[in-house]
Amino acid sequence: MASTSRTILICSGKGGVGKTTLTANLGIALARLGLRTVVLDADFGLRNLDLLLGLENRIVFTAQEVLAESCRLEQALVKHKQEPNLALLPAGNPRMLEWLKPEDMQTIAAMLEKQFDYVLIDCPAGIEDGFKNAVAAAKEAIVITTPEVSAVRDADRVIGLLNTHGVTPVQLVLNRVRPKMMASQEMLAVDDVTDILALPLLGLVLEDEQVIVSTNRGEPLTLNGSSSPAARAYGNVARRLQGDDVPLIDPSKEGRGLRAKVRRLMQKKIF
Amino acid sequence: MTVREILDKLLRRQPASASTARDRLQLVLAHDRSDLSPELLDQMRREIFEVVAKYVEIDLDEGDVSLETEDRVTALVANLPIRRPLAVSQSEG
Repeated sequence: MASTSRTILICSGKGGVGKTTLTANLGIALARLGLRTVVLDADFGLRNLDLLLGLENRIVFTAQEVLAESCRLEQALVKHKQEPNLALLPAGNPRMLEWLKPEDMQTIAAMLEKQFDYVLIDCPAGIEDGFKNAVAAAKEAIVITTPEVSAVRDADRVIGLLNTHGVTPVQLVLNRVRPKMMASQEMLAVDDVTDILALPLLGLVLEDEQVIVSTNRGEPLTLNGSSSPAARAYGNVARRLQGDDVPLIDPSKEGRGLRAKVRRLMQKKIF
Repeated sequence: MTVREILDKLLRRQPASASTARDRLQLVLAHDRSDLSPELLDQMRREIFEVVAKYVEIDLDEGDVSLETEDRVTALVANLPIRRPLAVSQSEG
């Protein structure tokens, strides 16, 4: 029995900013720290968490069957082969969109909290029924966004809704940061985003091609101890959740050449 | 002001887009958070001017009513320069 189980909603409002990638990598990273972790795919209309984890062929049952009592919870949980501390539970079947209610998500989360240290809920994009179902089960939340106006705007809407639902704490992960563009002031700075959204920064993930490679393979970057920038960032998020004081990277310190130096000079505030 | 911003001004080229993004975001979020459309804000601005104009003569060209946001708190800020107080009429009604 996990007495201090944490149920964390991973949400963004806008689609395609990296919710599922974060859920998969954070799930693996926490499991590697020895924590019993389950990732719950609340996006069952368009589910993809199974694919990122390489578990797409192993799903037999979903939370739907568990709630209908046509199978036990243990039968529906898909254990990760290489990382036995991690399990996946799809919320439902893509054909049964109308089925799930906020109370159902609460029931599922309560069942999972009894046996896991971390319950990570991969939230669907948008702020409609899928979001409302997922948020009902959440105690705390991680909002993920990218330094783009549309993603930040949608994140702001989601933060407002999380506040009205009493979800706390809410922390921010800034994804797909391009240090070069930030340095030439063609991308919103980290401070711009954290000031506007007024959330504590839990993680900063640099744009990293390895994310696409790992998605192709169905092996999250954190699985094999990759040293790529994104892998390190996800690992750091896991450690910060556990209370470790891991310093954030400074995007302006990335790059050592003359060009990087000139870019840093251009950012210097004179008055 | 950063070195880049000064160079942009001197060379008269477009400023870096990050500051534009920041300004546009702050404006749109002030509206999102207050659930006020620009039209509604405009209507409210006119009505506020009308009410205030009953008591004091205000400079309409300098006056401004806008939404400002800081730390997720949105405030309606009215800045209405007064030219001079209107003589209060003695007759009631």
